[in-house]
Amino acid sequence: MYNGLISADSVAQALQCLKTEIPFAIWETFYVTVISTALAVLVGLPLGVLLVAGEKGGVLPLPGWLMKALNVVINLLRSIPFLILMIMVFPLSRLLIGTTVGTTATIVPLVAAAFPFIARLVESSLREVDPNIVEAAQSMGATPLQIITRVMLPESVPSLLHNVTIALTTILGYSAMSGIIGGGGLGQIAINYGYYRYKYLVMLLAVVLLILLVQFFQTVGTKLAVRSDKRLKH
Amino acid sequence: MIEIRHLSKTFASPEGEVNALHDINLTIPDGDVYGIIGMSGAGKSTLVRCINMLEKPTGGTVMVDGRDMGALSPAELRKARRDITMIFQQFNLLMQRTCLQNVCFPMELSGVKKAAARKRAMELLELVGLPDKAGAYPAQLSGGQQQRVAIARALATDPKVLLCDEATSALDPSTTAQILSLIRDINAKLGITVVVITHQMSVVKEICRHVAILDRGTVAEEGLVSAVFAAPRSQAGRRLVFPGRVDEKVIDPARRGQLRLVFRDSATTSIPLVARMARERGILASVISATTQPLGGETYGGMLLSIPHEQMAEARAFLGSIANLTAEEVSDHV
Repeated sequence: MYNGLISADSVAQALQCLKTEIPFAIWETFYVTVISTALAVLVGLPLGVLLVAGEKGGVLPLPGWLMKALNVVINLLRSIPFLILMIMVFPLSRLLIGTTVGTTATIVPLVAAAFPFIARLVESSLREVDPNIVEAAQSMGATPLQIITRVMLPESVPSLLHNVTIALTTILGYSAMSGIIGGGGLGQIAINYGYYRYKYLVMLLAVVLLILLVQFFQTVGTKLAVRSDKRLKH
Repeated sequence: MIEIRHLSKTFASPEGEVNALHDINLTIPDGDVYGIIGMSGAGKSTLVRCINMLEKPTGGTVMVDGRDMGALSPAELRKARRDITMIFQQFNLLMQRTCLQNVCFPMELSGVKKAAARKRAMELLELVGLPDKAGAYPAQLSGGQQQRVAIARALATDPKVLLCDEATSALDPSTTAQILSLIRDINAKLGITVVVITHQMSVVKEICRHVAILDRGTVAEEGLVSAVFAAPRSQAGRRLVFPGRVDEKVIDPARRGQLRLVFRDSATTSIPLVARMARERGILASVISATTQPLGGETYGGMLLSIPHEQMAEARAFLGSIANLTAEEVSDHV
């Protein structure tokens, strides 16, 4: 497969691709990842809060059956392989976006796959908040909502940023997979050129660019998380 | 005034119910500094949390200024908690907020305007001696400084009662002394009733007027600090005031008994008791332990003697003739 990977021909093709299609593909991957992550956080964050606040002994205890249902649904969505999930949400994509192919349409399966994941990450971030601080807020007469918005979330900002970065890089990987069902971006380039047209150098190039994007997101995310953490003595 | 009547608290555990508190009755007068002391596991923390209902009592009532805390609605309780604030062993500051923002926090919760809250917070930071740390984060402060910020935060809503849950247990002795003197100042200046939970005798001696000794969920004894510590009546009291168990090997219980002496003033403390017992009565007492301590301006002494059984009656008669001295036989090695 990798015989004759580098030849005058293949290098010329790769350069050509780099000039024409790849810049836009990078942008597509970037924007699909960021938008999907943002939407998934929008759904996953409140669910993650409910997972912690709503449990028995939490600041806002919810009925046991509701918590069980929530947990089951989240686990269920998390256990569906992304490749299958992408196909399963076709009707939903058609309903929301009007189509099932194209870059924007892949946002739907990406959000569907990512929000349960983010709910679990938010849950773990909020569990790191010192319960003694929550108790202190209760002793001052804070309402459950005040405890959530003014204590639990602000106190876990560094951890939330770390975890959102993890989610972002995971979603980036998923978005590349959506090339298979007609999503755009670097994943599509890798699949179309590499898999369907045997142009492995272009495929490798797309993969390298994906790696660089992950590095970029991870570096920025880690920096933001560290900088936001006032527990560290700067 | 805080009136605790027949308070009990049981926790459900896998091994069955645990009686954390059992029929507690205490009255804490306004403006007092009231100590609640006990070994770990005695139920101190549960008791203090029953005062502001962070723990719901299983039975009995807690009345604060005539209001039954257990009967309040959640909203009323949140409002009442502004009058009964708390400081903690681990300070429990919000780590992602500056000191000033931490002190503003309770005012933010109760809807005080931001500018007014900041002004009040600055005054409070000044009161606790940290005006220059307003913009610092808790992680940049020492433990003692963090506790000062926590005290400023606890005073932000002008409380009537300050609950201190092992507030100095995580601090070194000299910082402890500073925090205690701050608490004493606040009690004197602002007239706030202070309830001090601690396992440290020194804390109670330092700042409390009254003390209750808690032992396995019940009040073993209570009263003025000077009275309780000078002559503890309960076993738990003796364990706290005269710490350290007698090693079984020190004396042979078959041959010698133990006598606990408590001296109640410096004149008595200075009598050469053991020498006089030997010279005047020929009693062969040996000293197992002895301490003297200042309490409320007087010097109190405690001594544990071992005396041969056959001389015990005579020793008690001799000691009974000395004023301001109590002697009692100890049979349980406590």
